[in-house]
This record gives sequence, structure tokens and C-alpha cells, in this order.
Amino acid sequence: MVGKVIVLTSGKGGVGKTTSAAAIAAGLALRGHRTVVIDFDVGLRNLDLIMGCERRVVFDFINVINGDAKLNQALIKDKRSDNLYIFPTSQTRDKDALKRDGVERVLNELKESFDYIVCDSPAGIEHGAITALYFADSAVIVTNPEVSSVRDSDRIIGILASKSRRAEFNLEPVAVHLLLSRYSPERVRKGEMLTVEDVKEILSIPLLGVIPESESVLKASNTGTPVVFDEESPAGRAYHDAVARFLGEQRELRFLQPERRSFFRALFGRA
Amino acid sequence: MGLLNLLFPERRTSAVIARERLKIVLAHERASRDAPDFLPVLQRELLDVIGRYVEIRGDMIRVNLGRSGDTSLLEINVELDRAAVKPAKNGAAEDGKATAPKIDPGTATPWVKPS
Repeated sequence: MVGKVIVLTSGKGGVGKTTSAAAIAAGLALRGHRTVVIDFDVGLRNLDLIMGCERRVVFDFINVINGDAKLNQALIKDKRSDNLYIFPTSQTRDKDALKRDGVERVLNELKESFDYIVCDSPAGIEHGAITALYFADSAVIVTNPEVSSVRDSDRIIGILASKSRRAEFNLEPVAVHLLLSRYSPERVRKGEMLTVEDVKEILSIPLLGVIPESESVLKASNTGTPVVFDEESPAGRAYHDAVARFLGEQRELRFLQPERRSFFRALFGRA
Repeated sequence: MGLLNLLFPERRTSAVIARERLKIVLAHERASRDAPDFLPVLQRELLDVIGRYVEIRGDMIRVNLGRSGDTSLLEINVELDRAAVKPAKNGAAEDGKATAPKIDPGTATPWVKPS
């Protein structure tokens, strides 16, 4: 088995990288693919909380890189899916602890037993973010329909094209996908938010999915459940669609129109 | 469609403004990102050479590699601050072989060290 490495990256912070990494990893696992999701944000561990396994962390990424723990001691098996594993990062303040050769060794070991290795990148374009994207086969650029996020995404796309391992060794370029998150059809309709077409045209990379701004995302993180497990949630269903497209299926975009508010809901002021 | 656009021009909503601003700023940033590595070095060396003759600051010289149809265009813009010529003794013209421009000491702007 030779697993594929997918990085979730954005440049800008707070756009939904960790939420998306958790959702996409869980979505891949639910479709029967053996998947591990790795937190690359050394010092600011959060994937464990989003995945709801924060009390089960014993060993971490840095322990494994330094040889203080075996890989299978650090991997946490998800309680909801047999195909899903979480690989937490360390809370050390030494950001440079992620040595590139150590990361490569761990990724190569993971590739032997997983179909997909989902890497949750830290924000920024410093060491941690570069290390997270360096070994990627595919990249999901998480972008909000907002000027600073789009600009930073453009920057990260440039870095993937020049600084990744695939770029350095003149291999086939990293397959780059756009995931537009926190999209509000209502605000787009009012002309207050960039449209899907705007962002697609400006970044000119293929669109993997549009995740509507949704209350269910906060609810999911409150309870430590990736949002794809919420069958009712538009965001969860949009992530399922994105995963299906990633695996090569054709799916129409959904949730791009403002939700119709029924008369009674409007009357009683419930969104 | 053209007539429709003419009759109902796109509203200048904040989203339209955002799109236009992004297009402009990204066009600039992509151009400088794709620029060859030698441009900053070339700019520094040009600055050194020109600086031997006239007073010049780093922000007064701009080097760009552009494209015009099929030809690449190396564009060098040097902005001179009222041609503040340095006294010959500071320059390469010292050895007498290179000819520094003759300046009437009465009219030449005195060379003032930049702040």
C-alpha cells in the first residue's frame, strides 16, 4: 500500500483548516479508506480537541520523530470509525522540532498502512507550514471569501509550486484544490461577499467544494465530533460532497442559494 | 447581453470592490514572485555603479522584467534627485581615465549625505 499525502493549508489562520482536516479525514474513513490525520501545528495542538480525543493523547509526533515512542503507541484510533486514526502533535515550544528527515521517515512508515495521510498545517508560511506541505501529493487550500484569505491562499499556492518536494525534484506538481469555507449565500446575494466564481477565477485552481457558514460547525467542535458525522448539517453534507469529488465523483454544488425562511420561522424569529 | 450590461451596469457593491482590489494586488505580487532571482542583485549592482557618480537611494531605482508581445523587456528606471552629482574625488573617475561630468562648482548642488 502506498498512501497519498494530502495537506490542508491556507496561509491565513482561522479559516477552518483544522475543522476541514477533521471533516475530510473522517469523510474518507467513512467511505472505507484507511485514513490518518496528523496535526502539524507544533505548540498549538488542537486537532485532538476537534476530533474529541484530547484525553487519550499519550505520545505525540515529536516523540515518534525523536524515537522516544513507536508510531503505533502514538496513533489514536477513532471511536466512531475503524478506518480513522489521529496523530496528535506535541505542545513543545520548540517549533523547529519537526525535522524534515524525521517527518519523511514517519510519513513513509504511515504510507505503508494507510490510504490517505491528511496533514493539518499550521497557519503562516514559517517552518511548520512549509514542513506540512513539503511532502504533499495533493493540497486542499482552505479559503474564506474574504480579501486577506484569498491573497494568502494565492501565496501558499505559489509556495506549493516552488518549494514542495514535488517542485524540487521536478515531479508531477502537487494537485491543488480549492475548498471555499464559511460561505454565506445570503451575504453573496446582497453583494457583501465574494462569490464562488470570483474566488475560483482569481485563484484559478479547481474547486473541491463550498462549505456554507453553519452553526453546526461550532456545535461539532464543542462536542469534539467532526462535522461530517452530523447528517442534518449543511456543512457536514458539503464536506461529504467535497470528499466524493476528491475521490473522482461528479457532484453538483449545493447550498449556494440562500435558505428560504418559512413564514412561521420568520414570524418567530428563528434562523 | 451587451445591451443588458449597458442598461443594468453591475452595482459597485463591496464584493465587486473586493474582487477588483484582489485582482490588482495579486497581479503585482505574482509578477514579482515569478521574477528571476538575479533582479535584486542586478538592482544592487546598478545602484553601486550609479552611486559612484550621482547621489542615489535604493528606492530611486526600479528594475523589472516584463513582456511585450514576444519579446522580454528589461526595464530599468532610475530617478535622479535633481542630478546631485558627487564630487569627482569620491568616484571611479578619480583615476582620470573615466571622465566624470564637468560641473561648474558655482552651480553644482553640493553633495549632502542622505539622512
